[in-house]
Amino acid sequence: MTSGLWELVLKGIWVTVQLLVFSALLAAAVSFVVGIARTHRLWIVRFLAGFYTEVFRGTSALIMIFWVFFVLPPAFGWQLVPMWAGTLALGLTYGAYGSEIVRGALNSVDPAQREGGIALSFSPWQRLRLILLPQAVPEMIPPFSNLLIELLKGTALVSVMGMGDLAFSGNLVRLALQESAEIYTYILLIYFVIAFLLTRVMRGLEKKLKAGLGRVPEGGGKKLPAPRPETTAVGAEAAGGR
Amino acid sequence: MKWDWSAVGDFMPHFWDGLLVTLQALVLGSLISFALGLVWALLMRTPSRWVRWPVGVVTEFIRNTPLLVQLFFLFYVLPEWNITFSAMTTGVVAIGLHYSTYTMQVYRAGIEGVPAGQWEAATALNLPMTRTWTAVILPQAIRRVVPALGNYVISMLKDTPLLMAITVLDMLGEARLFSQQNFQFTEPLTVIGVAFILISYPASLLMRALERRLVR
Repeated sequence: MTSGLWELVLKGIWVTVQLLVFSALLAAAVSFVVGIARTHRLWIVRFLAGFYTEVFRGTSALIMIFWVFFVLPPAFGWQLVPMWAGTLALGLTYGAYGSEIVRGALNSVDPAQREGGIALSFSPWQRLRLILLPQAVPEMIPPFSNLLIELLKGTALVSVMGMGDLAFSGNLVRLALQESAEIYTYILLIYFVIAFLLTRVMRGLEKKLKAGLGRVPEGGGKKLPAPRPETTAVGAEAAGGR
Repeated sequence: MKWDWSAVGDFMPHFWDGLLVTLQALVLGSLISFALGLVWALLMRTPSRWVRWPVGVVTEFIRNTPLLVQLFFLFYVLPEWNITFSAMTTGVVAIGLHYSTYTMQVYRAGIEGVPAGQWEAATALNLPMTRTWTAVILPQAIRRVVPALGNYVISMLKDTPLLMAITVLDMLGEARLFSQQNFQFTEPLTVIGVAFILISYPASLLMRALERRLVR
């Protein structure tokens, strides 16, 4: 591979990273708004938020991308820059998945905490901001970390629309070299490295947030997951397990 | 926004063709991922770390890289090694392989969820290893994980449009072809979008019902 082609790959990495950051921000905003709306006391708000989640989770991210690229422009008369079209499609789709995470984490906060807030006559907004979210957010980090990896994998979809991301630059290099094994191996490795870095960052974030609550990630404190049954040494050995 | 019902009517025959291809890919991909995932999960339980380590690295790698690039890899690289499959076969293999790294974790959780007493009873009854697995552990483990596997089938359904990128005429492939020939993008894309919701939402309700029945 020549340096010119590597430059192409670097540009692709930059586009992928930009798209990842923008769509992750949009997805996070959507997840929190929709996820919190799903715990609202008015049924119509809950219903609308649930409807949003089911529609965007029900359809495929790639179809959403096609829709934003091909249906929105004639329908509403405006054309989005590819970067924003990709961000919109990915952010809305993955935000729907994220809203389930937010809802689950909010529901898993000890009900006594909510009741304590009511007893101290906190307003609903204060309860959410001062009591529920600080306890729920650290619990969201591990599932959000998985979702972020899914989002990273999802960014490759925009290459189908001709956006010059990492997967697309791979295709260009393949066409230039007439040889695919090498470049696709590199592309896969680059994606893997980005995913690895993201998991590291998210793990660090989880540690930091949980330390703020006086909890240790994975075990410690009262948030220990239910212990799963361990096999005794005898059984494990007979089964060839650990 | 103009909506043309005659375009929907014209698209419907292509839609059914595409649906058939999508469902074929889904069924075959699921079968591969169920089988291969079980193989990975069992390999991860072998005592030798020379087996566990490579399997762990390879599956982690496959899980953390985009399916789309894996599809391109298989579609363009295999012919260079003189292995030629049809686009559909390549796509099914790629989807099956990708999702096997997810089902593997589902199986692992299922196997770890079998109570220790079951292992000990199998030892006490002097059951050989194969019989312990096939008659005691796996039936209980798999029963528990059916809903989780089902959820991955639903996500697999939502990933089948990717096959379009390697020239398979699935639902999205048919829609794109139709739009390019007739310059009507709105109708076919909306039809398949709605079709996906109509398939995946009842399927996810079914999985929730199964979860209540099977997992206790």
